[in-house]
This record gives sequence, structure tokens and C-alpha cells, in this order.
Amino acid sequence: MSLRKEHEIHSRRRGRNVGVGLLLAGFVVLVLALTMVKVTSAGFTFPEFEGTE
Amino acid sequence: MTDASINASMTREEDASFGDYFALLKPRVMSLVVFTAFVGLMAAPMGVHPVVGFAAILFIAIGGGASGALNMWWDADIDQVMKRTKSRPIPAGKVDKGEALSLGLALSGMSVIMLALATNVFAGAFLAFTIFFYVVVYTMWLKRATPQNIVIGGAAGAFPPVIGWIAATGSMSIEPWLMFALTFLWTPPHFWALALFMRNDYDMADVPMLTVTHGRRSTRKHILVYTVILAIFALATAFTGVGGPIYLAVALVLNALFLKGAVQIWRRDEDICEMDNFKVERTFFKLSLLYLFLHFGAILMEALLKPYGLGGW
Repeated sequence: MSLRKEHEIHSRRRGRNVGVGLLLAGFVVLVLALTMVKVTSAGFTFPEFEGTE
Repeated sequence: MTDASINASMTREEDASFGDYFALLKPRVMSLVVFTAFVGLMAAPMGVHPVVGFAAILFIAIGGGASGALNMWWDADIDQVMKRTKSRPIPAGKVDKGEALSLGLALSGMSVIMLALATNVFAGAFLAFTIFFYVVVYTMWLKRATPQNIVIGGAAGAFPPVIGWIAATGSMSIEPWLMFALTFLWTPPHFWALALFMRNDYDMADVPMLTVTHGRRSTRKHILVYTVILAIFALATAFTGVGGPIYLAVALVLNALFLKGAVQIWRRDEDICEMDNFKVERTFFKLSLLYLFLHFGAILMEALLKPYGLGGW
């Protein structure tokens, strides 16, 4: 019996990869949104680094 | 054996689907965590930006899910024996124990750090403590050692509203601890009722459930005692900053029903239970789900109505 081109393992792997990809994309968007909220909030000040006045 | 049959047997063991990994996070428990943490956050006197609030709930939920994965990693042996748990991803052969451990550790670290960054360090530290408490103190240490395991495990499940509150305020006060008491005191009667009609499960897994160590008569007494204490705390919460007339009305009705159920359970003997297939115990268990949901729902309602001058006293 020959192997089918599209075995169930392939669709399962694709589903897993798409899931992880979407989660990572969502995480990036969330971190970006959090950053925007933090830097635009009233009490926000940029941290001072060595050498800056 | 054909190629296809070889592959079929290998893929089951080696390639879990996305849903199998998600199942490791105990989604049903996670939904309780999300809801109670959300109520804790909303009931807090200081509001948070919606994005920060969303992130806080998400990371608390991920932290809760991570502790669920670590629990499944440690308890794989007893999960295999119990009817209720043997279809979980590890005993079903879909996910390796090592994978569950890795996922649990990675998500624990990520959720704690991200919660601390999104809200405050106190909230992050409290989430870390909750994961430690559930995984080390409850799962590894006390679950198999004491019949009070459910009581201790209940504490871990009761922390989310406290974390939600801390995420919003950065500080502690009495109200989140009353929400903690609600879940903490609700857990034993909820699980002991389950243990009464799922008895063979815990016997077979050799988990020292109260029904096994102290007998079923004693378990019925314990359910009643915890329900009485729970009712006192649940009604007292009505007169605090998170309570109000809506909460009081809901608490009065639900606690009356819950107490009635607990008294019925206490008075029943095993022969009658066998005859009606634990009808009262099953009804009490179902009511317990509604009990917790509606108490927290009422606290949420009070918080949502406050800006319009309607919630609270």
C-alpha cells in the first residue's frame, strides 16, 4: 500500500504550526499594544541612562 | 503491517495536535480562573486600561493553565487509573510527560514575567506563589498525603480574584480575601459531593480522599460543616465594599438552597443513595457550579453598576 501524499500527520502538523503562528502573532500585537498604552499614559517618564542628562 | 498502519500507530504517539497541548492547560479550570480573576479586577476600586486588564487576565489564565500542565505531568500515573481523567493527553498517549513539563515550566515563567511587566511586580510574584502552591504544595506534597487535599487544593484555585485585585491596585485589602474565601470554602463541598458519587475512581487511584480515609458518613458531615461556614462568609461579603443589595439577594437564595442540599446529603444513608443513583448528591454538585458562578456574577454586577450610582450600598 502506498503512502498518500497528504497523510493525516501532515494536516495535524499544519494545524499545530498555524496555531503556534497565530499565538505568536497575537503575542506580538499584545506586547505592542501594552507598550503603546504604557508610553502614552500620564505618569510615564523615559528611564534615564548613564551619560544622559 | 502496512505503511499506513505503521504510520497510524506512530503518529498517535509522536504527533499531538494543537488541541492536545491546549487540553494540558485544563481549559475548564482555566475558565473559572479567568472569570474569578476578571471579577477581582473589576471589583477593585482602581480601574485599569482595557488593554492592561485584558493582558492581566490573559497572563493569570496562562499561569493557571501552566500549573494545570505541571499537575498533569506529575499525576500522569493516577490519571491513567481514574475514569474521569484517563482521556487526558498524557494517559491517552497523545503527549509525552516531558512535553507537559516543558510546556508547564515555559508558560509559568512567561506568564509571571509578563504579568509583572503588564501590571506590577506584586501581582507577578503572587501568580508565581499560586503556581508554586498548586504544583509543589498541593500536587507533589499533600494531594497523596492527606485527606484534606481538596481543602488545600481549593486555596490554589481561590487565589485568582486576589491576583486580579492586586493587578488593578498594586495593594491588598480585605475584599479580595472574602472572594478568596468564597472559592476556598466552596471547593470541599463541591468535590466531596463528586467523590460521593464517583467513589470507585478515587479508591482505585489510591488518592486519600475523605470518602476513603474517613468514610462516607464523615464526608457527609464535612460537607454540611463546610457549607455552613461558607454560607456565613458568603453572606458577610454582602456587607463589604464588593457587596450590595443584588449580591445579598443572590447570596440569600443560593445559600438557602445550598444549605438545604447539604442537610439532605447529611441525612441520607447509602442504601437510599444507591437506589436513586445519588440523585441528591448529583443535584448538589450541579448547584455548586451555579452557586460560585452566580456569587461572582453578582459581585461583578455590583461593580459594573457602581459608576451609575446603583451598585453597592
